[in-house]
Amino acid sequence: MAAILLIEDDPLVRRGLQIALGRHGHDVRTAETGEDGLREFHAGPPDLVVLDLMLPGVDGIEVCRRIRAAGEIPVIMLTARGDDFDVVEGLAAGADDYVVKPAQPTVLDARIRAVLRRSAGVPDGVRVHGDLSVDTTALTVSLHGKPVTLTPTELRLLLTLSRAPGRVFSRQQLLEEVWEHDYLGDSRLVDNCVQRLRAKIEANAAAPRYVQTVRGFGYRFGPV
Amino acid sequence: MTRRFRPGGLRARLLVAFVLVTVLGAAAAAWSSAGSASSALVTSTQQRITGTITGQIQAITPELTYPPIQSTLDRLRAAVGTNAVVTFQDLRSAEGTDLVTDELRTAVRTQNRLVTQRITVNGTPWLLVGTPIMITALDGVRTPSGIEVYSMHDLTDVEQQIDGLTRSAAVTAAWALPLALLLALVAAGSVLRPVRRLRDTARRLAAGDLDARSSPRGADELAELTVTINEMAESVQASMAAMQRMQADAKRFAADVSHELRTPLSTLTAVAEVLATTADRMEPDARESARLAITETHRLVRLVEDLMEVSRFDAGTAHLRIEDVHVANAVRDCLRARSWADRVELVAPDDIQLRLDRRRLDVIVANLVGNALRHGEPPVRVSVSASREQVSIEVTDHGPGLPEHVLAHVFDRFYKADSARTRTPGSGLGLAIARENARLHGGDLTAGNAPGGGARFVLRLPRTPQDPLVSVYQG
Repeated sequence: MAAILLIEDDPLVRRGLQIALGRHGHDVRTAETGEDGLREFHAGPPDLVVLDLMLPGVDGIEVCRRIRAAGEIPVIMLTARGDDFDVVEGLAAGADDYVVKPAQPTVLDARIRAVLRRSAGVPDGVRVHGDLSVDTTALTVSLHGKPVTLTPTELRLLLTLSRAPGRVFSRQQLLEEVWEHDYLGDSRLVDNCVQRLRAKIEANAAAPRYVQTVRGFGYRFGPV
Repeated sequence: MTRRFRPGGLRARLLVAFVLVTVLGAAAAAWSSAGSASSALVTSTQQRITGTITGQIQAITPELTYPPIQSTLDRLRAAVGTNAVVTFQDLRSAEGTDLVTDELRTAVRTQNRLVTQRITVNGTPWLLVGTPIMITALDGVRTPSGIEVYSMHDLTDVEQQIDGLTRSAAVTAAWALPLALLLALVAAGSVLRPVRRLRDTARRLAAGDLDARSSPRGADELAELTVTINEMAESVQASMAAMQRMQADAKRFAADVSHELRTPLSTLTAVAEVLATTADRMEPDARESARLAITETHRLVRLVEDLMEVSRFDAGTAHLRIEDVHVANAVRDCLRARSWADRVELVAPDDIQLRLDRRRLDVIVANLVGNALRHGEPPVRVSVSASREQVSIEVTDHGPGLPEHVLAHVFDRFYKADSARTRTPGSGLGLAIARENARLHGGDLTAGNAPGGGARFVLRLPRTPQDPLVSVYQG
């Protein structure tokens, strides 16, 4: 269903996940190291990267950062549970979501599908909010008439928030709507994505005009 | 350092002993010197008086005629002085007080020499002196003349002098008291200072400060004791350090092992699912084997996850991710996610908000309810209640409850109440982790039995998390 690049150093884990994800209908290419992964990535960009954070050589965080710098391909990282340092670093480096190891293929597959669904449009036409214009059919965003490139997650977050300007969304709601997580989702995913989104569409990220924080509740779009 | 005076303390005992010894010694010395002084005084007074009387009698006797007549006796009496009695057979000449006792008279007659006697009449001390007058023949033979001279002397003056001596002895002894007290304080101080230092050192050691030492001074028994205590502290410290090292090693080993297990488990988890989807097409033995492998893989995953969680608590690296949580909803979500909602009765007011770590609350509630459903009898009830300081979540079942000997250990790691029932799906760490999670929030988790039977676990969480490790998480 999707072209996936799996970067994982342990050969057996790599092969196991490749088989399991393959049976979920994905086309899985693999790489053993960060360098190999980046080479594979540039050779033919996949739909999504599944990235182990604990890699020898160029580590997962750095790989994630370079993939993010190269484009808007979504990244799901594999992390050790409770290894909060990894999670925080990985999200800051631009990962869209994470799955705790040992990863159940069903869970990983659900996350992959949720991320990819974010690229699906809501045929609704073009919505204009101040200097920001969002085309919900073509899935393009432009600021002052210039196109802004967003990752599927950032785009989905913006679409969800801007659907109802002025309405407050809790982190929990956003996790369920954008990330399709269960009730125990990690709200840091939302906060990190909001920060990245602000960096792209706000004139001043410290005093945001579009994506505003409602302290103690969550986020709201505008109203502009 | 406290210097409180304690009635039974070493200082008090030392003081009392010192003062008693000093005062007794001083009193004994004063009394004995006063005694010997007064006896010397009495003796000398007696000698003076008898000497005077003898002299007076000797001076007058050559002028007297024998046998005497009344006038002779009167002259003799006058020569002896006031308070004198002179007798010769039936003749008698007396003046002043006559206190002569029969005892004295008899002694004079039988002993034929000067005799004294001390008596007290109406509180006044008297010295009585009686002497016979002897006739010395030309050949030197002395015979009693039958004339007896008695003389009475008031000893009040002497008695007063003795009283004075006694008083001064008592005063001396009294003066010794403050002096003794002072000396005792100094002595007690010199003994107690090292004792106090030792006590302070021992106290610090007892409080866990194993670096505490006392420097020995001098070469007395206390210095030896100090050295011994220092050596003891040294060896306690050494064994504590060894124990801590061993414990840390053991914990690190558990953490490392679980970490290492994660990689093969990742592979197993991945392929177990593939096996599960194809098991139906296998021949019966292979199908059962595949199912067993899958079940055991999931069990291993949970065990390793729990072990790692415990390792994080042990290492102090478990952190809270605090959010505003609607407690009733969180509990409801927890039950719903595990399809327990219709098997569990939930009583929760809708207005309780709490700042806590959602995931950890979920872990606790899921563990308690899971245990109640597995080991207890329905109905299982979860009730949430709140006071000003804390929120309580109570999980009760209606089974037989927990026996006393089990209650004491339910939170122990890998504790199994029933050794025959080792094949439970839990890791044996669930309750230990649940309680660690409660404590991480500054709360607690307790186990007991409900009044009507059935196990009852109560989770208490403070309104405001008290753990200093809390990282308040806000976007």
